[in-house]
Amino acid sequence: MKPMRLSTFRALGAAALATALAAPAMAQQPAQNAATMDAVKSRGTLSCGVNTGLAGFAQPDSQGRWQGFDVEYCRALAVALFNDASKVRYVPTTAQNRFTALQSGEIDVLPRNTTATLSRDTSLGLDFPAINFYDGQGFMVKASLGVKSAKELDGATVCVQPGTTTEQNLTDWFRASNLKFTPVIIERLEELVSAYVAGRCDAYTTDVSGLAATRSAQPNPGEHVILPEVISKEPLGPSVRHGDQRWADLVRWTHNVLVAAEELGISSKNVDQAVANDQRPEAQRLLGKTGGLGQMLGVSDAWAVNVIKAVGNYGEIFEKHLTPLGIQRGPNAQWTQGGLQYSPPFR
Amino acid sequence: MAEITAEATAPRPAQDAELGHRRPPLLAVGPLAWAKANLFSSWISTAVTLALGYLLVRWTMGFIDWAFINAIWSVPVTPQGAQTQACRALGGTGACWAVVTEKHRFILFGTYPYEEHWRPAICVLLFIGLYIVSAMRRFWRPALALIWLATLAVIGVLMWGGMLGLSYVPQERWGGLVITLILATFGIALAFPLSILVALGRRSSMPAIKTLCVLYVELIRGVPLISLLFMASVMFPLFLPEGMNIDKLLRAQIAIILFAAAYLAEVVRAGLQALPRGQYEAADALGLTYWQKTGFIILPQALRLVIPPLVNTFIGFFKDTSLVLIIGIFDLLTAGKTAIVEPAWQGFGIEIYVTVGLIYFVFCFAMSRYSQGLEAELNRHRVR
Repeated sequence: MKPMRLSTFRALGAAALATALAAPAMAQQPAQNAATMDAVKSRGTLSCGVNTGLAGFAQPDSQGRWQGFDVEYCRALAVALFNDASKVRYVPTTAQNRFTALQSGEIDVLPRNTTATLSRDTSLGLDFPAINFYDGQGFMVKASLGVKSAKELDGATVCVQPGTTTEQNLTDWFRASNLKFTPVIIERLEELVSAYVAGRCDAYTTDVSGLAATRSAQPNPGEHVILPEVISKEPLGPSVRHGDQRWADLVRWTHNVLVAAEELGISSKNVDQAVANDQRPEAQRLLGKTGGLGQMLGVSDAWAVNVIKAVGNYGEIFEKHLTPLGIQRGPNAQWTQGGLQYSPPFR
Repeated sequence: MAEITAEATAPRPAQDAELGHRRPPLLAVGPLAWAKANLFSSWISTAVTLALGYLLVRWTMGFIDWAFINAIWSVPVTPQGAQTQACRALGGTGACWAVVTEKHRFILFGTYPYEEHWRPAICVLLFIGLYIVSAMRRFWRPALALIWLATLAVIGVLMWGGMLGLSYVPQERWGGLVITLILATFGIALAFPLSILVALGRRSSMPAIKTLCVLYVELIRGVPLISLLFMASVMFPLFLPEGMNIDKLLRAQIAIILFAAAYLAEVVRAGLQALPRGQYEAADALGLTYWQKTGFIILPQALRLVIPPLVNTFIGFFKDTSLVLIIGIFDLLTAGKTAIVEPAWQGFGIEIYVTVGLIYFVFCFAMSRYSQGLEAELNRHRVR
């Protein structure tokens, strides 16, 4: 939907301008091949597009400082470039203007819980260098039901919004699992939630991060449980403009630093000792003692150490922002723990 | 209409003198008589009065219970976050004003650096001072334009900083009430002169100017403000060469000015049309040039005719500025909405919306009252 409309806009815009000014439409193509990294470095600040307000991912606190999972990625990138987490301009973007902001160069990177899809990757001219949060559709039930797994939901009534892929996913999953269910279909989200709270259905289904936000807004969040099963794919990650590989590399490997640090057990608390004592070759390369990996990316060799010191590793970020919402690691656990977070080797 | 009724009910001096000093019966004049005539004139009227009175008292008491007696004004805030259990325990029987206590600075100033909040605070006061000064007739002289320029320059310096020892604050960190005031003030201040030109142009005898003005008004009025904002925010940047960015706030501001001007132009045109033809002809007969005629004869009369619809449009635009939320600018309403995203404070929307609504009300009500006063004063010669 969105990508279609945006690319239509772009085509319309180019066409309108070409007719109006008889200028070649080529010049209007947002083919941003210029080196974003050099531009950011000479500007001295990173422009980071964030959500206007989504619990856990990006939201301003009472003092107007941005907090959240996505915000930590902005800070990590600023540290990688400048060794200063405060050199970020947070640009609040809405679902409608986020891609334009990236295409027009208003922002350098968009870590805004955006699902990576083929059309966004191609026709929208974006790149998704990393997937930092594997979201997906899940179920929430009342703790008093005593249900521990979605497989136990045979014969349950399930609250769901109509006409979305959510409803389709739900039907598919129950059919594939050979279970029966009765849908309770309500259009408006607030009414849907109050129907679930009032007990009109046993389970409520939407994306897991949405379930977690709903759960934390309940008077007593402990009364509700988000089941571990996730039945659809919503891979979220930071996106950059297509065609600037150096910049995409930096974004990708900054994410990998966070994941690799967790895998190696290096956190913001012990990173100084690790620099001093850790003899594992992988850790030494990650921490920039050998290999000169930072230089290859165009940043200092100590970038990974700085990033870990400033924002922590992936697990720390997750625990700080998403665990309080009741989001479990699930598919975002390390690959060694059966999850999907897997960093290619640092060498 | 008002004049006629006022005349009909006014006491006749001659009759009053005849009646002398005898007091009328208690039930024929005064509040009791009024109540009897208007509230208890028949059994059906009495029943409606009692039923409405009961509901009014119940709702008022319920509101006072909710807003004051059962309300919680603050909760402890620990490093782990605000402890809102006490508020949640109320279960809706009382207001949780703690959310306003905790978030009021965010609602008023958005993501502006916390230590520098005094700067937007002064700007808000400057705006209010500017409104008050502009409202007083004794300041209506050319120097007022200088006062506006100077104040807006000071506001600009305070908000941006980067000089006089103030730290630089980029635009995307501005937010809250000050954004609403900036959008509304600049919007109305620039749209109003533009609208007068467009209105005059639309009545012009020169075909090119007339066509241009008609096209402008019809095009802009033909689309909703929200689509103009989308154009400014989504489409316009794609026309610009790479690396060239026009500030998002400025883009939104221009869209609002263009939109407001189209509507105001039609209001002004109504005033121009309402003026009797004799006024135009008399001015022509005196040998005045077009601009003399317009400036001294036509506009002063036309504008005072249309004060009510003008203020109506102003008030509408003051509130329409909240639409900038769709392009990610934190105006007063968006800041309020964002304040309750934090999990600890989710579900306390009513308190936030009541507060934000109250702020909007203060500004809009002041505008409305002022326009009533202005209307009475400027149209005094019409009241015979």
